Amino acid sequence: MSNISYREVNDDVVRTMTETGRSYYIALSLCLVGIVITFGLPWVYQIYTGQGVTGLHSPAYWGVYLTNFVFWIGISHSGTLLSAILFITQTPWRRSIYRSAEAMTFFSVVTAATMVFVHMGRPWNWYWTFPYPNQRELWTNFKSPLMFDVFAIGTYATASFIFLYFGSIPDLAAVRDRVAGWRKSLYGALALGWRGTDREWDLLQKAYTFFAVFIIPLAVSVHSIVSWDFASSKIPGLNKTIFAPYFVIGAIYSGSAGIVTLMILLRKAIKFEKYITHVHFDKLGILLVVMSLLWTYVNITEVFTGWYTGTSYELESLSYRMFTTPFAYLFWLMIACNTFFPLLFVFRKVRVSIVAALLISIGINIGMWIERYLIISTSLPRKFLPNMWRDYFPSWVEISLTVGTFLFFTLLFLLFVKLWPSFSIYEIKEDIGIPMEKKGH
Amino acid sequence: MAGFLDRLLERFKIYREPGYYKRYDYWWAMVVDLDRCTGCGACVTACQAENNTPVVGEEESGKGRVLNWMRIERYVEGEYPDVKVKFIPVFCAHCDKAPCEVACPVYATYHNQDGLNVQVYNRCVGTFTCATYCPYDVRRFNWFTYKDKGSFESPLDEQLNPDVTVRTMGVMEKCTFCIQRIVAAKDRAKDENRKVRDGEVIPACVQSCPSKALTFGDLNDPNSQVSKLAGLPAEPYYLRESGSKLAKISKNPRAYRLLEDLNAAPTIIYLKRVMKGSSTIGHE
Repeated sequence: MSNISYREVNDDVVRTMTETGRSYYIALSLCLVGIVITFGLPWVYQIYTGQGVTGLHSPAYWGVYLTNFVFWIGISHSGTLLSAILFITQTPWRRSIYRSAEAMTFFSVVTAATMVFVHMGRPWNWYWTFPYPNQRELWTNFKSPLMFDVFAIGTYATASFIFLYFGSIPDLAAVRDRVAGWRKSLYGALALGWRGTDREWDLLQKAYTFFAVFIIPLAVSVHSIVSWDFASSKIPGLNKTIFAPYFVIGAIYSGSAGIVTLMILLRKAIKFEKYITHVHFDKLGILLVVMSLLWTYVNITEVFTGWYTGTSYELESLSYRMFTTPFAYLFWLMIACNTFFPLLFVFRKVRVSIVAALLISIGINIGMWIERYLIISTSLPRKFLPNMWRDYFPSWVEISLTVGTFLFFTLLFLLFVKLWPSFSIYEIKEDIGIPMEKKGH
Repeated sequence: MAGFLDRLLERFKIYREPGYYKRYDYWWAMVVDLDRCTGCGACVTACQAENNTPVVGEEESGKGRVLNWMRIERYVEGEYPDVKVKFIPVFCAHCDKAPCEVACPVYATYHNQDGLNVQVYNRCVGTFTCATYCPYDVRRFNWFTYKDKGSFESPLDEQLNPDVTVRTMGVMEKCTFCIQRIVAAKDRAKDENRKVRDGEVIPACVQSCPSKALTFGDLNDPNSQVSKLAGLPAEPYYLRESGSKLAKISKNPRAYRLLEDLNAAPTIIYLKRVMKGSSTIGHE
């Protein structure tokens, strides 16, 4: 990367924001139309008709909507967390990927939040979950894990947005100085009058370090809290103390795989091959192997604790998940995707191969989606009283809205790439080093 | 100011006494004698009529969305010809350590001073969490606005109970122990400056049971029918603790609570059915 000049970095990043090809507009409009068809209209239909249009029933009151919610919260777990950890440990290969990774965090939290509203029976009363003084003299239940969720996710979304924004200020200023027209006033406002003085850099560094330190425990707590939604019930298959670490590890795992997928697509789409090189995929591959081993370990522990309880409920729930069709297929597909295929990353050849990395990382995320689906849809239909047992399968509305979440995330990301410096100009420059020194002056 | 403080202190005095949380004004409970139950289902029908529960139709029933607040579970044991059919009426146990109450983020479900687990329809936002947390699967959800779907088509709307709300879509509901009858009885008792007498409150299911398998009453009162049937001593507050075992204090060897090991402290006490050939009578 050392043969790239500073000017080239600026040019490249500004180019991604100002030069828009036809394919971008096609993708954007496809996304918009897709969202209306797969997300907007079915949701309106669901709100108008009632939750009966889903495949939910008693006792499977939770389904694909919560699967998506946990999945997207999981995806959000790596960007900011990884960026913060790598920032504190001063890892150099962080610099060219972290901006997009942080954006991924923020957008997937937003996507996850939409699922909460979709899941609710009366979404128009969403604000009742906030503790605010009202004339009905009602308050919220702070014992409820769902209440923790409201705060955890609210805090996480706010903090990760601030983290993303603070890190971008010098770049927004750099863009401001290069563009004209409406962009000039937009980035002028967003850059908050950044001039690049020593004092400003010093303050930025302090604030950024503070948020990096703040976000690490926050990220861990957010997914622990999401896991408590399940673990604090008495339901066999959910009531396990391992759930918090299980979810956090799963989240970081799926998030890291999400970063790999996204980086491969992004570097191709905006021609940034020279900034995101095989070095990055090499390191991310190592991370994925480690996370895969950890995930496998926790998964074995989870199954073991279920078996070790020896109660008929837990054993039924396990055999329903692992050995009963159709869920057994999904379960073993998940094991293949998350435990066995990522082991290929042990070989350096696989790690630096873009195609292999793309396939395996997509596989991991398919596996992680299945994991969340299995957790919910194999536990609730097998609760305590066998008279009520009934299998759950999603309806077309739920499947359509699931597709919609992916389109929604894509739309947010497409807008981001165009409206925000998606690569950190100043930190890539740090990576390149001081040009004067290189030339031997 | 002083008057206000006094009133406040008076109001919170109860909370300064040790063990205040163990006492309710009433402690409504049900005893289900399985020896008497014939599984006829009159209680299910009576409940449906009393509580304006919609009939959801064949298709929705097939999907597992029956809205009956109570059900009679049937279990078939053994292979033909040696078959035993067992059945048990299951409805909201109004658990004293109710898992559903912890789960609700908006306090749509909470424990009231009568020991009832109540559901506030207006407050419910429909997160489904209470129903998923319920180990007895007794909570029911309004998947649609059933009255718009023709569940109470004329002349069926004429028989709706005016004391009970007709629910709209998106809210959870469940057995209330016919709270409208409890409230009416308490009102009457208050006017006459006394406590509600034993047997004064009769929920619809109890009223309709032809074999008198169901008994409803106040566990706070040691002379009530429920206390006697369940064989409980005076002040059986122990039952409200998590981890309590009915067998420890009950004198009736047939008495048990459904899924007691889950520590939800349910207030429905079942009396075991003594079957021909069953070797063990009493606690497991």
